[in-house]
Amino acid sequence: MQSLTFVCALLVVLPLVMVFYHLLREGFSSLNWNFFTQLPKAVGEKGGGMANAIVGTFILLIQAALLGVPVGVLGGIYLSEYGGTKLNWWIRFAADILNGVPSITWGIVVYALMVIPMHGSSALAGGVVLGMMMIPLVMRTTEEVLQLVPAGYREAAYALGIAKWKTIVKIVLRTAMKGIVTGVLLALARVAGETAPLLFTALGNLGWTHHLTEPIAAIPLQIFNYAISPYDDWHRQAWAGAFVLLMLVLAVNVGVRFLTRDRLAKPNSRTL
Amino acid sequence: MAATPPLKPIHPTEPATGIVPALTVRDLSISFGKNKVLKNVSIDIAAKSVTAIIGPSGCGKSTFLRALNRLHELTPEARMEGDIRLFGDDIYARNVEPVLVRRRVGMVFQKSNPFPTMSIAENVTVGLRLNGVHDKKTLAERTEQSLTMAALWDEVKDRLNAPAISLSGGQQQRLCIARALAVKPNVLLMDEPASALDPLATAKIEELIVDLKKEYTIVIVTHNMQQAARSSDFAAFFYLGELVEFGTTTKIFTNPVQKRTEDYVTGRFG
Amino acid sequence: MNEAGTTLKPASRQFGDRVFRWLTLAMALAIFVLVALIGSELALGARLSMHQFGWHFLVSNDWDPVNDFYGALPFIFGTLVSSAIALVIAVPISIATAVYLTELAPQWLRQPLVIFIELLAAVPSVILGLWGIFVMVPWLHIHLFPWLRTTLGFLPFFQGTDYGPCMLAAGIIVAIMIIPIITSVAREILRSVPGLQREAAYALGATRWEVTRIAVLSYAKKGLFGAVILGLGRALGETMAVTMVIGNAPQIVASLFKPGYTLASVIANEFNEATGQLYPSALFELGLVLLGVTVVVNIFAQLLLKTFAGPAVKPQH
Repeated sequence: MQSLTFVCALLVVLPLVMVFYHLLREGFSSLNWNFFTQLPKAVGEKGGGMANAIVGTFILLIQAALLGVPVGVLGGIYLSEYGGTKLNWWIRFAADILNGVPSITWGIVVYALMVIPMHGSSALAGGVVLGMMMIPLVMRTTEEVLQLVPAGYREAAYALGIAKWKTIVKIVLRTAMKGIVTGVLLALARVAGETAPLLFTALGNLGWTHHLTEPIAAIPLQIFNYAISPYDDWHRQAWAGAFVLLMLVLAVNVGVRFLTRDRLAKPNSRTL
Repeated sequence: MAATPPLKPIHPTEPATGIVPALTVRDLSISFGKNKVLKNVSIDIAAKSVTAIIGPSGCGKSTFLRALNRLHELTPEARMEGDIRLFGDDIYARNVEPVLVRRRVGMVFQKSNPFPTMSIAENVTVGLRLNGVHDKKTLAERTEQSLTMAALWDEVKDRLNAPAISLSGGQQQRLCIARALAVKPNVLLMDEPASALDPLATAKIEELIVDLKKEYTIVIVTHNMQQAARSSDFAAFFYLGELVEFGTTTKIFTNPVQKRTEDYVTGRFG
Repeated sequence: MNEAGTTLKPASRQFGDRVFRWLTLAMALAIFVLVALIGSELALGARLSMHQFGWHFLVSNDWDPVNDFYGALPFIFGTLVSSAIALVIAVPISIATAVYLTELAPQWLRQPLVIFIELLAAVPSVILGLWGIFVMVPWLHIHLFPWLRTTLGFLPFFQGTDYGPCMLAAGIIVAIMIIPIITSVAREILRSVPGLQREAAYALGATRWEVTRIAVLSYAKKGLFGAVILGLGRALGETMAVTMVIGNAPQIVASLFKPGYTLASVIANEFNEATGQLYPSALFELGLVLLGVTVVVNIFAQLLLKTFAGPAVKPQH
């Protein structure tokens, strides 16, 4: 029995190893200065890079954070510190269900919400959809981490005559800060890899985006478009882009593990 | 607030002269949901003295203590009836903010809880800073005063910026005492402050309490009877939510009036 | 008497506390706003198509953009079949791995394996799809599919030729995507089984496997079922990796070697090119169907997991 289950465990590990191996083999060699600094060349031509997609992902993530972090963290604070009511149960339940909504659904919702009224795709719409996806994620991880802060600290602060909101912000939040940052980083890494919601909102762009109301490129979008194209050179670049994206995502995931080696910090990683 | 007529004092079971009550409690009852935890407790806590609250587990000692600084308001199911006055002021009056009450009635807990993200000095001054006091000179003076009163100054004066959690258990508890004293409360409540400490650290805390009563009114909950006998002036024996007997420590421990009190202090139960 | 100016005079209500509480409450209520947004935008977008086709939409096999005639059946079929394949592959492997991790693996191996599995969960769908198109599908086409054809070819599922991308490939890749989540949740469930259960079984003289089977697995049945349903919910919504390896043909056939189409992948592929009014509306309606199915499955999973074990298991996704 032990060997059978061991084999299963190996089977689980195998795809990651193989993906990694192929990314390294096909993608790493294509990483050069051009890749990081040049725009895509015209269809069919060799060369060019993913500079605009890299910058684009960056811009989308900043927007997503601007929406997702304040709403998520403050909402998480409410759930944790003003908790115990039936309303809270419903909010948590709804957040958990939202976390299971397919990402493409978010995409068509924001399409109807923003792309149609704005008569076109935009970086803004892309940022908004990613931000919306972050809200329930960050809210739940923030709540969990705050719950890990021992009640004794709150009591001690109240006993000193410190007002509740100050206690929460200056004492509880400060104590839980590492865990909250971890939750935010993991949520960002998660939305950074999302392609489906961006298909109709950010749309993609073979050039630079000069304004938030224009379509914008993003790494996962570019990977997808290149992968399904008939051009070998684009395939090669898709591998390279995938390598960069995976490195980014894994770096965050592994990095936060080092940040959170004490008991007060790590949110439940299955959230993401 | 209109001045209320002075209440009939409840004398401890031995006439004591010239005692100013710091806290007067009348008919205090507290329930959590359907569970009545305290029943009609009435007591006068004398100023600048140490009053020990003793009794077996579950008798309502901690509940009583927490009523004195309105800490129960943070528990939604708690219900309270009765009257508690601090030097004549009704602390549960409608327009009195709990936050203000807690600045005058401080508390030290069973498990020491210095804030982990702050240094020693920051912990001491946190009550002041978060209530608007920012003058560096005042903060520095108050830090030294409070740490001295808590008998911790000599041990930490060279490392005030070290993290508070780098101190030993006993030192952390004295830090918490300094933190509570820094806001200059009238009354200091202590909920079994030494129960998590070794005998050496416990002895230090007890010495500290004897010193502190020159300036502060102290109410200490303890299930360690020897500790109560050693360090307190008055003792109140609680049993199953009722105040059974209240008197000077000497009287309670050598010649109590009630049989239940005698049974408890002689160790026949509890 | 006491400083910081606090004699017990009548105080104004604490302004800061009130503002802060309302602010955080408003942010928390954003969840309901999001739920309402999703429901309403999808319903609004699908209105035209719902009006045109009514309930027939759900059972019609027609997907004909040229003549503006739409039906959801091929996609519902594709979503269900690919998810079913994924579950058939993923569930035994995940549960077995979870058992290995909690009961049988040597201590030094446990944490690294757990980390590995969590990292696999973090791999973006499009990257797995990329690997799927260029590595997995060709390999399947050359090695696995012919073998299946010869050994199991008497079954209609494994008959016919394939050109690589097909329903089976989609099922396999979705399995790879949902294994980490089922394994993680199953592991938490198994860990939450009280030690007393195991001890009682050992005391009765059971072998290690018997202990696992009797004391752990059957006790945890409900929670493990919840983990599986959670995986199903995830499988139903998988988009990118599926789109890249399923072949994108709206058809209902028995052979798993033939290309198929799922609710999520048709939206991904055709939404941007959908012209006119009815075409996009039909796609919105497909989105509504997908949302309905995944939400129902997820609610079921959440309720199962929440009622199995209290704070020990926190299902999030």
